[in-house]
Amino acid sequence: MTSPLNLVVVNAGVSDPSSTRLLADRAAARVRALGQARGREVTTTVIDLRELLPELPAALSSQHLGERFKRAIAALVDADGIIAAAPVYKAGASGLFTSFFQVLDNDLLIGKPVILAATAGTARHALVVDEEMRSLFAYLRTLTVPTSLFAATEDWQDKALTGRIDRAALELVLLMESGFAKAVRDESWQNYSHEFGSAGGTETGIDLESDLMRLATGGTAPKKGAP
Amino acid sequence: MQFGIMSVSDITRDPISGVTPTEAERIANIVKIAVKAEDVGLDAFAIGEHHNPPFFSSSPTTLLAHIAALTERIIVTTSTTLITTNDPVRIAEEYAMLQHLSKGRMDLMLGRGNTAPVYPWFGQDIRQGLPLALENYNLLHRLWREDVVDWEGSFRTPLQGFTSTPRPLDDVPPFVWHGSIRTPEIAEQAAFYGNGYFANNIFWPKDHYKRLIDFYRQRFEHYGHGTAKQAIVGLGGQAFIGKTSQEAKSQFRPYFNEAPVYGHGPTMEEFSDQTPLSVGSVQEVIDKTLTFQETFGDYQRQMFLIDHAGMPVEMVLDQLELLGGEVVPVLRRELADRRDPEAADAPTHASLVKAKYGDAEPRRPRPNANRGDNVTGSSPYQDTDAEVTASYPAL
Repeated sequence: MTSPLNLVVVNAGVSDPSSTRLLADRAAARVRALGQARGREVTTTVIDLRELLPELPAALSSQHLGERFKRAIAALVDADGIIAAAPVYKAGASGLFTSFFQVLDNDLLIGKPVILAATAGTARHALVVDEEMRSLFAYLRTLTVPTSLFAATEDWQDKALTGRIDRAALELVLLMESGFAKAVRDESWQNYSHEFGSAGGTETGIDLESDLMRLATGGTAPKKGAP
Repeated sequence: MQFGIMSVSDITRDPISGVTPTEAERIANIVKIAVKAEDVGLDAFAIGEHHNPPFFSSSPTTLLAHIAALTERIIVTTSTTLITTNDPVRIAEEYAMLQHLSKGRMDLMLGRGNTAPVYPWFGQDIRQGLPLALENYNLLHRLWREDVVDWEGSFRTPLQGFTSTPRPLDDVPPFVWHGSIRTPEIAEQAAFYGNGYFANNIFWPKDHYKRLIDFYRQRFEHYGHGTAKQAIVGLGGQAFIGKTSQEAKSQFRPYFNEAPVYGHGPTMEEFSDQTPLSVGSVQEVIDKTLTFQETFGDYQRQMFLIDHAGMPVEMVLDQLELLGGEVVPVLRRELADRRDPEAADAPTHASLVKAKYGDAEPRRPRPNANRGDNVTGSSPYQDTDAEVTASYPAL
């Protein structure tokens, strides 16, 4: 049997119990079941962002990552698939959710498949997932699944939500199985911009043949506009 | 092993008294602090370079020459000199002059600074910050080693038959440290030239610095300047020392909380856990500083940031008493005991002269007479190699 797939749930719901966590858990359970049915075990790690709150001010103001942030990032480095779930407040994904992903290195999540999920008190927030969250994850160059999950109060009693969860979970499993993120890393990693120590501290390769490295060692800078 | 202090030159409101010092007061006080650093037995005093309020240090060589004149032993240096926005020709001239006046008791650290708007003030483009730093140093390196320089690059007018004056003292260029916190190209340049590499070691967790220092050591060896253990590494750090742990914490906390860079962010305890900051008793500061050697290997210079965030000068002078009187003597002994015999000593003018000339007399060039055209041509000095021919532009 092939190695298990790592699923990481990032939950920004802060109450307990939290409907956001509930939505994420339902999707995660479905991903595990579908994986198993297809012969792939899926192991799940849950990051409750609420627990990272004490470390958030330092992360935002000084880029100091505490132990919980480091553990969360280590889990994401190893993730084959992600479920990112946020409550919607004031017509946007919660500040905690957005802040967490803004702190991460730009290259941490490249190519990783993601289910985007949100909950809200009213259906008027329905497009937050597609219009706001999806653009954040496009910036991070993740592969978001086509089906977004959104649950307003009335959706919890509607079987259609279950149907959408099934759809999104299958989409995620298919993408996780495909090994897309790993293939991108293996074959094209150098074509994305990185900083020394980025990608959660894993990016330590140094290209000694670059123009800047030639300049560092007494060479000349390439002329502007030169071919 | 050298120990010293480095100042950012910030003029910050004292959060206890509510008073912001005048520029005149702060400048007079920094001189007191530097002189005191020598009195308590420290080896180096460094000043930063800034070109905007609330900082005063726009002209580091003027300040450092003054301090050199008031002291006898201490090395005056920078933290950092902006290699981006200063014309390398001016750096060559000003620091060579400082080298003469201080009789070799100086070196300098080159950096890119962290104030974006400085670039246009000096006619430069921040988007070119890194290539500018690299190219400018390439030129500076030659200006201090060749009497006559022909040069053409991307960022300033070409030089033809140019001689930077005065020539370095004893024809031995000032020692250069390259400061960087996250740029492999800077570490590579330091290694390529066999210069020092300095990690400010203030803001980031230490594993971040370790990667670059290890890279620098490996490349230093690659370029044949010595073994990785012999590479020249400097580290920053910041400390607040009290008679007791509790006294240190309660005295420093208001300054930490209001500090311009990290105030209103992490707590002092979090920041101390995650960074080299030590706030505590003499022994606690010693213990934490010793971990730097454990992490980074033997190094040559340890600089402490101890005057910032509005701390009154009396407090800084008291800190210097504790640092020089109680912390550093123990660190010297402990680090000497742990030191690998292969590790290099911190470079000084005397050691560089010795390395270049052995027991022979150093070169002290005498200029030829001006030929009336205000350019020196190819033989500015009586002993300049007559074979050198400057290339002049075709008019």
